[in-house]
Amino acid sequence: MKKPLNISRRTLIKATGAAALGIIPAGTLLVRAAGKPHPKALQAKSWAMVINAKLCPPGCRICQEACHKAHNVPNMPDPKQDVKWIWQESYNAAFPYETHPYPDQANEKRAYPILCNHCENPSCVRVCPTQATFQRPDGVVMMDYHRCIGCRFCMAACPYGARSFNFKDPRPHIPSVNQAYPTRTPGVVEKCNFCDERLAVGQMPVCVEACPTKAILFGDLSDPASSVRQALAANVTLQRKTKLGTRPKVFYIV
Amino acid sequence: MLEHAWNETGPRFKAWLAALLLLIGVGGFCYSIQLGTGLGVTGMSRDVSWGLYIGQFTFFVGVAASAVMVVLPYYLHDVKVFGRITVVGEFLAVTAVIMCILFILVDLGMPSRLLNIMLYPSPGSVLFWDMVVLNGYFFLNLLTGWKVLEAEYTGIQAPDWVKPLIYIAIPWAFSIHTVTAFIYSGIPGRDFWLTALTAPKFLASAFATGPALLILISLALRRFTGFDAGQEAIRRLSIIVTYAMSITVFMIMAEFFTAFYSQVPSHMYALKYFFVGLYGGNSFVLISWIFAALCLLALILLLNPKTRGDEKWLTIACASTFIALAIEKGISFTVGGFITNPFGRVTEYWPTPIELGIVLGIWALGAFLLSLFYSLFVTVKRRSERGLV
Repeated sequence: MKKPLNISRRTLIKATGAAALGIIPAGTLLVRAAGKPHPKALQAKSWAMVINAKLCPPGCRICQEACHKAHNVPNMPDPKQDVKWIWQESYNAAFPYETHPYPDQANEKRAYPILCNHCENPSCVRVCPTQATFQRPDGVVMMDYHRCIGCRFCMAACPYGARSFNFKDPRPHIPSVNQAYPTRTPGVVEKCNFCDERLAVGQMPVCVEACPTKAILFGDLSDPASSVRQALAANVTLQRKTKLGTRPKVFYIV
Repeated sequence: MLEHAWNETGPRFKAWLAALLLLIGVGGFCYSIQLGTGLGVTGMSRDVSWGLYIGQFTFFVGVAASAVMVVLPYYLHDVKVFGRITVVGEFLAVTAVIMCILFILVDLGMPSRLLNIMLYPSPGSVLFWDMVVLNGYFFLNLLTGWKVLEAEYTGIQAPDWVKPLIYIAIPWAFSIHTVTAFIYSGIPGRDFWLTALTAPKFLASAFATGPALLILISLALRRFTGFDAGQEAIRRLSIIVTYAMSITVFMIMAEFFTAFYSQVPSHMYALKYFFVGLYGGNSFVLISWIFAALCLLALILLLNPKTRGDEKWLTIACASTFIALAIEKGISFTVGGFITNPFGRVTEYWPTPIELGIVLGIWALGAFLLSLFYSLFVTVKRRSERGLV
């Protein structure tokens, strides 16, 4: 038989108190360390993206493949219930109501990468009943997969079709799991996060890095010297559905 | 008092409850499948991300709100004939709110996180306010309905605090359906929903649906329990249904005018989709024409005083009203907002058998609760009228 622990109540309380006193400062240090930004973290007042659709070869899926691989985005068997962070659409689909029957032939064939616009005035954030989707001070619209209740109000509120819902368990449909990024459970909404996990450690978004033609620029919209501002100053650009007042931060050179 | 819901009932009533329990079981079984696999077992998709559940939720918020159509005339305009049925209306409201909460619950991807709405209150979200007003309305009606019935049961006047609650419940009824409409009418990019007419149209159609249902319930109660709401009460309710249904149809026609006279494509898409199909999508064409035919039938029968005054025709008119608006608000309106999707395409939606099973289960639960409430109500009325108090 095991010998019972011979500790008086007094000793136990003392030991507990001492342990608690030890844990609190250690814990505080840990939290402090976690809250400290990475020395190389990329920071901006307002992150934005400029996509040069002219450089985007039709049929190319390199950015989509890189992004979906990095973020454990599944290939769901039913396309109606698929999960997508970045994908390609025709000009007519990307800019409905801004088309006419006689397009120039080059644009007709062009593919437009579609992703969350990280709107300055995001309707998805406004409608979320739990603040599971929220806007960071640097403008990135984020998703908290652990708080989302799956009401899908944000999907109805997003005029860009940028949000996906996990109708079924995504895990069996992830070709190879990237251990550095979480997978999701069924029942939550997800979308492009402007690679916040990469910005935090000093890396550019994965689609920007993966693009073989350097068609995607990423930078600070508030900085006139940034690559995105220079591209905007030098080209004719479009945003999707500007009349809705959401003020998207993804621009397209057409 | 509660024991009277059960004690004085016959075998037929018990068999009815048993049948409802069976259907509730079917719903529970279907829900267990959905809970295990996820909302992928429904017909919803990334393009039509709300379907029958949210439609039914919207419809039953209307049914809940419509109780005010007997309470308001009785308490504010002294329409004495409604005195016998205010409690019937209040219990209908309580049941409808319970159904609404269940429809929301089954629609959630993460039902276990429901309380996050309260843990992280977000006053910017209409859904948060919907939770607040629905809960408030539930307790207001439960308390007032119960206390008024209890007063009749014991023969002692209801406590003074009940009256103010009844008065608060009146504007509150308008608020629940307004807030529900705001879920739809305040989001950019869904042009079918994005109209200020949504909330008024919701209220008008609710005030047709609810009183139509109350007429049907009153006729059923008279037939099966002998409780008579009274000719005059039914006559007055039928006038309310007539006005509300006329206003509803008028507002729907006004939507058609704006869309088709302006010729703005995004305003025409959903309406075209409903009645003639759009880009090959035509799942809703049949039920949309059924809706239109039932509206026309209901209006003809309601507007003609002869048919409105005849109970048989009135029953048909009320059933037509109820079914027509259950189609419109219970499914079509919700799906219409997703036509077209943000890329100008049409993705079709139709509920799956599992989805229908869950909805059937919630309807059965509503009928079950309502049966018990009304059994209690009728027994208490019978006792007080026999002087058993």
